[in-house]
Amino acid sequence: MTERRLPPVGEIAVVSMALIIAGGIYLASHIPQPVSLVPAIALLAASGALVVVNVVLLSRVHDFAWRTFFTVARWASLAYMTTAALLAYVFILNHVRGGALAVTLASLVVFAVNVPLILGFGVARYQPIGD
Amino acid sequence: MTDVVHDAPLGPPGLAAPPRREFQIVPVAGLPIVGVILVALVVAIAVNKLWALEFFHVAFGGLWTGVDLFLGFIVGPIMGRMTIAARVEFSTRLMPKMVLLMPTLVTVTLVAGWQLASQLGYTSTDYINHDWLVASYIVVGVMAVVALGVLEPANIAVLYELRKPAPDGELIARLMKRFIYTAGITGTMQVATLVIMTKIGSGG
Repeated sequence: MTERRLPPVGEIAVVSMALIIAGGIYLASHIPQPVSLVPAIALLAASGALVVVNVVLLSRVHDFAWRTFFTVARWASLAYMTTAALLAYVFILNHVRGGALAVTLASLVVFAVNVPLILGFGVARYQPIGD
Repeated sequence: MTDVVHDAPLGPPGLAAPPRREFQIVPVAGLPIVGVILVALVVAIAVNKLWALEFFHVAFGGLWTGVDLFLGFIVGPIMGRMTIAARVEFSTRLMPKMVLLMPTLVTVTLVAGWQLASQLGYTSTDYINHDWLVASYIVVGVMAVVALGVLEPANIAVLYELRKPAPDGELIARLMKRFIYTAGITGTMQVATLVIMTKIGSGG
């Protein structure tokens, strides 16, 4: 078994993703009607903060399969940035504007960063150090 | 699901470390097909034709639901009963295809679905079945967390392990178990999707 002791990056990323998805559900269930952005901004801020925590935790890990991490993260970025871009396209096309659009786009960015992080870490943690 | 997985034979000791196999984790040959589908989706949204949007949402959503149900309730339990060697053989052929297939099905279904709902006025809070629509968002949200947080990392980690000169049979078994459990969860969530979508589709 090649698994070793690492910070809880995967768990934090899943919580972060759950928060951003909850914010997305809140927004999607109200737009295009006017909607209070406070809950969505709070969820976005919490999710974004967890992403920052994860990046800091990961940056402190030295013995890790970084090559595998970045290989998986790059492919996942390609896939999930495409998904986020297409979702942004339909929101813009359907006249989502102003603060709602800004929060939606920021949420999609956090989502598109989170998924590669989860997948990259979830795979690299089982790989030999330096791979 | 639990019994099935726990009862799974691990195979003879000689098969605990399956042989290395050469394969692509991301089947690059399939990328142009995905590209064509996504371009067609963008065109369908740009022209905003009801038939095209219905096609993308219903066809891809049906495939997504069908694949999840088939994996969760048919393939999953069968894999749980296979020996490690047989699982490896099956996984090296199935999993790379899933890496391309599932994100494509999910993306097309969600994007076309939102455009379709917008065109039909379903995203308005005045829509009679708006609560059902919100329920579908929640179901998709839960599935996304389970699939992206647990299922997909396990899937790709298994593929990476299988490419090693001496794959760790015990690790593969553990990750496959996780894959089979989560496939069962997403399969169950897809039953909820069927209920919600038929309710919305019936207009009542």
